[in-house]
Amino acid sequence: MRTSVIIFPGSNCDRDACVAARSVCGGTVNRVWHRDSTVPDSDLIILPGGFSYGDYLRSGAMAANSPIMHDVIRQAKRGTRVLAICNGFQIATETGMLPGALMRNVNLRFVCRDVHLRIENADTDFTRRYEAGQVIRIPVAHHDGNYFADDDTIRRLEGEGRVVLRYTDARGIPGGDANPNGSRNDIAGILNEDGNVLGMMPHPERYCDPRLGGTDGRAMFESLLEAVA
Amino acid sequence: MKARVYISLKNGVLDPQGKAIGHALENLGFTGVNNVRQGKLIELDLASSDPEEARRQVGEMCEKLLANTVIEKYTIEIAE
Repeated sequence: MRTSVIIFPGSNCDRDACVAARSVCGGTVNRVWHRDSTVPDSDLIILPGGFSYGDYLRSGAMAANSPIMHDVIRQAKRGTRVLAICNGFQIATETGMLPGALMRNVNLRFVCRDVHLRIENADTDFTRRYEAGQVIRIPVAHHDGNYFADDDTIRRLEGEGRVVLRYTDARGIPGGDANPNGSRNDIAGILNEDGNVLGMMPHPERYCDPRLGGTDGRAMFESLLEAVA
Repeated sequence: MKARVYISLKNGVLDPQGKAIGHALENLGFTGVNNVRQGKLIELDLASSDPEEARRQVGEMCEKLLANTVIEKYTIEIAE
């Protein structure tokens, strides 16, 4: 498997993403600088978490216009899988690769803790090694994770099974404190129309090794490995 | 030619920062503030001397970068 991790000034989860991809998926892992103009041919492109360009203007707005993003968008249109995590999700919405926007958390606080997620759709390249309805535990760490889209977009996402991950409590029940940021419909992760771009605020790459506190993120990388094979 | 761009959240989009400012004003004893919406002001110094051309150019800047039109609206002021 060939994975490319895009690095922007201010990315800080790029190394974790590389380690997770290398240890779970194996193969080659390229680190690609944002000023490069092309991404090497890849099975998976990861837009990692962090604070690209210091979150100036809006989180992800500057990175969305980085030279490398033209090629990321081009490859995504050709079907390359893109996993956009946290700041990567913000960048993906800013480019229009994914609908909606990530706004300031409703309680205005930076939230850094484990959350529970229910796998709403296990029939995707990113989640096929999970069970539908399974509840997993992985961390979030963000200030702008409050997913917003207009009513029509939300209806479409829900109707087409593109809400892939939803914040719930440990029993899989959404609502209340289980939602860390005020996201509409407790949305934690969504898929694009073609099913090859997943954006999510939580960090699967951080929970791929038991020494780091959990392994519930591993199956996402295993899913991708299986999808690519 | 100078341009000012005012960016704010669209009506119907929750503005938690505006809400927090409203609460802070209330705590300071300012009564009668029904609602607060906060936004951004961006000032641009442009080479163009044609107001219409400047407005067109700034509009394009707003659509491409300055505003996220999924959640934000903008108004442009051109000053000679």
